[in-house]
Amino acid sequence: MRLRPWPDKTPEWTAFEAGYLVTSNGDWRSVRPVIDKERCVECGLCYLHCPDGTISRDLLVDYDFCKGCGICAKICKREAISMRREADYA
Amino acid sequence: MAVKNLDEREFFFGHKACAGCGGSLAVRIALKVLGERTVAVLPAGCMSAVGFNFPQLCFANNAFITPFAATASVMTGLEAGLRRRGEKDFIVAGFAGDGGTADIGLQALSGAMDRGDNILYICYDNEAYMNTGIQKSGLTPPGAKTSTTPHRGSRRPKKDMPAIVAANGVSYAASASVGYLDDYIKKLEKAKSVVGVKYIHVLAPCPTGWGLGSDETVEIAKEAVDVGVWELKEYENGRWTVNRKPTRPQDLERHIDRQGRFRIQSQYQEDSRNGQR
Repeated sequence: MRLRPWPDKTPEWTAFEAGYLVTSNGDWRSVRPVIDKERCVECGLCYLHCPDGTISRDLLVDYDFCKGCGICAKICKREAISMRREADYA
Repeated sequence: MAVKNLDEREFFFGHKACAGCGGSLAVRIALKVLGERTVAVLPAGCMSAVGFNFPQLCFANNAFITPFAATASVMTGLEAGLRRRGEKDFIVAGFAGDGGTADIGLQALSGAMDRGDNILYICYDNEAYMNTGIQKSGLTPPGAKTSTTPHRGSRRPKKDMPAIVAANGVSYAASASVGYLDDYIKKLEKAKSVVGVKYIHVLAPCPTGWGLGSDETVEIAKEAVDVGVWELKEYENGRWTVNRKPTRPQDLERHIDRQGRFRIQSQYQEDSRNGQR
């Protein structure tokens, strides 16, 4: 499991930036979404509907936190997102 | 379209919800609309279990866990305290599940509605106590299998929570669905601008408890509105408005059948029709 760096100082409040998370969720995944940039029209539906917010506005997938649920592939009207077997990327 | 105007920052990120969780989508979108000066208030439930994992905090804004029954009371206190400290432009938003709203937290919510505090209460409705292993709640629809109604499914009607809230004379009440995020975002924006008690009831399917694939959450939430089992409506100035009419009520049976939680019921009905039970 990859560790994320701790912040330089301990936060004063409970509210500190997301991104200081120490354990990733990426190893939950059995399939991963891959965006076909040629078919994509950048409508942003996948970005909007991702429950984990792992697809950024410029449509890059954060594979450290994507759980591979497949909502993005299903919501995509252009069928630009395919869910591929994680075993092929190991 | 709503996508362009949304805050690009993620305020609910890295949480440990199940893949395809509808509740976490509802919280994520709500915080994007409400912004960083939101104090999120969460009772015991899925979203507090997956969001607060010491030493991690999956909220980028202030977030607070309350006792199960006290969501709305804690919101009242936080709102009053922040106002006393001279803070401005903040929103106290509660995210409670269906059990935390309709069963356990109803009394605290009733008190807050009576006082007319300036709070936004969001109920993400996954139709059972999903966090503790799918027990029946007051918002479980009739016929749904849960671990406390395993044989024939729930036999009580679903409480009409938006109507209960509206009957208390709140400033704004609405029902939404994670299948229609545009509508949900519009309602959040409206609630943000209204003073007084605001209540949004958002249907947030749970793939684990509903017996669905993890990729079907958004689709089933949309379908629930289209076939007419869930209404998108809002209450303002003493009047209800329905925002969307069911477009394909003929698909109701298919909508019910595809959910694993109703399957025992249909098996039971089939058996009793064949005289086996």
